[in-house]
Amino acid sequence: MVSQARKSELLFSGSDWNFAKLARVYDEIEALGLEKLGLDIYPVQMEVISSEQMLDAYSSVGMPLMYRHWSFGKRFLYDELLYRKGARGLAHELVINSSPCIVYLMEENTMALQALVIAHAALGHNHFFKNNHLFRQWTDAGGILSYLDFAKSYIARCEERHGLTAVEAILDSAHALMEQGVFRYRRPPKLSSEQQREGLRERLEYEERSFNDLLRTLPPSPGKSKPEATDEILAERKKSLKLPEENLLYFLEKNSLVLEPWQREIIRIVRIIAQYFYPQQQTQVMNEGCATFVHYTLMNTLFDRCRISEGAMLEILRNHSNAVFQPAYDDPRYSRINPYALGLDMMQDIQRISTAPTAEDRDWFPDIAGRGDWRDTLLDAWANHRDESFVRQYLSPTLIRKWRLFMLADSADEPHYEVASIHNERGYAKIRSALAQSYDVGASRPDIQVIDVDLLGDRRLRLQHTVKNGIMLEGASRDATLRHIRNLWGYEVSMVALDAETGAMLSERSTKEI
Amino acid sequence: MPIFIDRRLNPKDKSLGNRQRFLRRAREELKRSIRDKVRAGGIAELDREHVVPIPRKGTGEPTFGDDKESGRRQHILPGNRTFSSGDLIPKPGGGGGYGSAAGTTESEDDFRFVLSREEVLDLFFEDLELPDLVKLNLKQVLSFKPRRAGFAASGAPTNINVGRTMRNSHGRRIALRRPKQAELDAIARQIAELEAKPASALVRERIAALREALDRLERRRKRIAYVDPVDIRFNRFDPQPLPNANAVMFCLMDVSGSMGEREKDLAKRFFVLLHLFLTRRYERTDIVFIRHTHLAKEVDEHTFFYHTESGGTVVSTALEEMHRIIEQRYPVAEWNIYAAQASDGDNFAGDSERCIELLDRKLMRLCQYFAYVEIIDERESHIFGATENGTSLWRAYNAVDGKWPNFQMRRIAAPADIYPVFRQLFARQPDLRKSA
Repeated sequence: MVSQARKSELLFSGSDWNFAKLARVYDEIEALGLEKLGLDIYPVQMEVISSEQMLDAYSSVGMPLMYRHWSFGKRFLYDELLYRKGARGLAHELVINSSPCIVYLMEENTMALQALVIAHAALGHNHFFKNNHLFRQWTDAGGILSYLDFAKSYIARCEERHGLTAVEAILDSAHALMEQGVFRYRRPPKLSSEQQREGLRERLEYEERSFNDLLRTLPPSPGKSKPEATDEILAERKKSLKLPEENLLYFLEKNSLVLEPWQREIIRIVRIIAQYFYPQQQTQVMNEGCATFVHYTLMNTLFDRCRISEGAMLEILRNHSNAVFQPAYDDPRYSRINPYALGLDMMQDIQRISTAPTAEDRDWFPDIAGRGDWRDTLLDAWANHRDESFVRQYLSPTLIRKWRLFMLADSADEPHYEVASIHNERGYAKIRSALAQSYDVGASRPDIQVIDVDLLGDRRLRLQHTVKNGIMLEGASRDATLRHIRNLWGYEVSMVALDAETGAMLSERSTKEI
Repeated sequence: MPIFIDRRLNPKDKSLGNRQRFLRRAREELKRSIRDKVRAGGIAELDREHVVPIPRKGTGEPTFGDDKESGRRQHILPGNRTFSSGDLIPKPGGGGGYGSAAGTTESEDDFRFVLSREEVLDLFFEDLELPDLVKLNLKQVLSFKPRRAGFAASGAPTNINVGRTMRNSHGRRIALRRPKQAELDAIARQIAELEAKPASALVRERIAALREALDRLERRRKRIAYVDPVDIRFNRFDPQPLPNANAVMFCLMDVSGSMGEREKDLAKRFFVLLHLFLTRRYERTDIVFIRHTHLAKEVDEHTFFYHTESGGTVVSTALEEMHRIIEQRYPVAEWNIYAAQASDGDNFAGDSERCIELLDRKLMRLCQYFAYVEIIDERESHIFGATENGTSLWRAYNAVDGKWPNFQMRRIAAPADIYPVFRQLFARQPDLRKSA
């Protein structure tokens, strides 16, 4: 190893970059990643952009193509404001879960940073996107860009045909329900090709034109009394509408009585984009951890082999440590647990447990402790876990001690917090479980479902909010969101809050009162 | 080898459209915020610069979110040094969560829009307009102002443009090769020299030739004038129509004993608003202040609002005074005439009929718009809010109201009423037409 290192020369020198250097560095890093970490990646497409373009990309939820909406403009102005004031730096990179995997490089970056970005994004994130089961099952990397292209032009066409205001109203309402617009347990269908979409839309429009059973509003014939709403009929009705339904956007798209076909299509677009981002929200720690682990390992290896200079390595390390900085809870800089730091630490911990376990590790992780094949363990974890299960499975007592993690129990009606557990023998399991729980997107979001609607009666849409741990919805934004649902549904919308444990009704709110 | 694409030369500002959409939306919020401010802070506020913060969440994007003030939670935090299980930590002030430490809130800056005085007023008056303004302007273009518009080949002698004329003549003289005086002089000198010499046949011949040349040049000089009529250029003037954008506002106020400080204050606020509005809309705005008790007098602004004087009430005197001033100083052809009258509605018995007559016969034909604002007691507002009943003046004016569409009347009981009423009075009224 040492003799080989002596022989080899630097990959690059100086801080300027050019395309030849980038290509050389990429090839080297890719070969190293495949050889040393066994990575498996989508082909890479690297795009060099300026900082302004980075701001643009930032504000349209990181996608290269996005339909137009004022909220993206707001994000842009806000990001730009912070950037101009120096309150926030720009990300050095942006990577898109698509095939080929698109990596944005900023032209302002130095060569050392570009190398870091390549290792981090083009290999780390890329591997994660391609192999993690959530992304494999739930997102269609090959189809997303063409879908976004379609969405953008479709919405632009709607704006031309129906006016900005009309489109904006639908988008505003749909955006308000984005978090309630994903299937959590059912896998969404694969994104269809342009042709299929066209066919689908035509069919939709045809259905709309032709008779719609739901719209039958003839008064009952005089001789016949109105059928009683027996349990049987109720059950039948729920079954025909596939209730309860947790995906509010989906329900509205399919069943709303007032929406035009183009409005349904827009809701569908918002829903599909929400669904596309759902896995990303569940895998922040893992995704960033994976990318950080990969760049840290690869950069150090390159340095050990004398392929990068000490100066470049220092710059890389400085950026690396900025990214994984984790202030303590009482530090003014603290905002939350840094997913880069937690992910990297856990993955390095797995490496340590595999190669140099303590007795405690052998107790806690009998499967992997001392087996030495940390690489396979990591590849397996990257492929098969999301944040919640990853923390639940791999957060070790060593790490809990190192981070000095502790748990506060916070009850709104108490004047104080209680320290429920700290990093000791009795606390490890509890802390691990609570931290895992906090990464469970499904559990930490309000659980709201459509439970019933009487299509033949007053057409009131009835929602149910299952209240866990007594956490209610914030009043003002709840009312505003209900109004948005009403816009899409066209008739009264009411929501009851039921306690998850006791089943007691905590509150009821209808758009009639708002 | 990966694919590289250089996107740096791609168009920037991909989000320009998004930003425009956002600003258009923010404008609505700005408008609302300005209105609220003015309503709360008084009309004087209106005439200043404003900084209007729009919270980042301001242009709302609501979602179903947890109420931070309810329920039971667990927070996992790093960096414990001092606590052990079971310790109790008091929550910081008033249960606002563990501040940022709980990882739930991020401090967020607001957008701040700094609006100049003009922008504030523009937002404030955006959809207000004085009725009938456009129509009058289109109908009567009354004065013209001459404006230089190049040169003409014909015109009055006073308008000759000497510079341009001489330039033309100079060019023509060069083009037609008009002999110069110097050439003639030179030949004359030669002739004189030859004549001084002893005469010989050769000399005589030379002299004859020179004389002939001189003669030819002189004839040519006569043919080609120094200044020819074709050279002459006149300044050309175009008459330009001047828009008739003058407005005069008559402020009529009852200052009899029944008008207390509160009533005057309300009236003043209404007039201030009207004045701001008129200065905004017209190039030139005059205000005439007329106060009346049983006698009416034109006064200056300060006296109008602050002078204390008392007496009986004869409203018609103010109307007569107004009519007199219009006749004297404001020819209807040139001025848009507006009037706002504020009163508590008390009037001398029998005078109200005279008021009707004055308005009906004279003033309403002259006025573009006449607004009557009756200031009533707050306790009366719920009684009279919507009824036709009221003071003698109110009942009398009701008759005028029905007859003249450019007459409007409203009641005001509190400062908060002023702006809505003002808006009602001056909202765009497409079908408002001056009859006869």
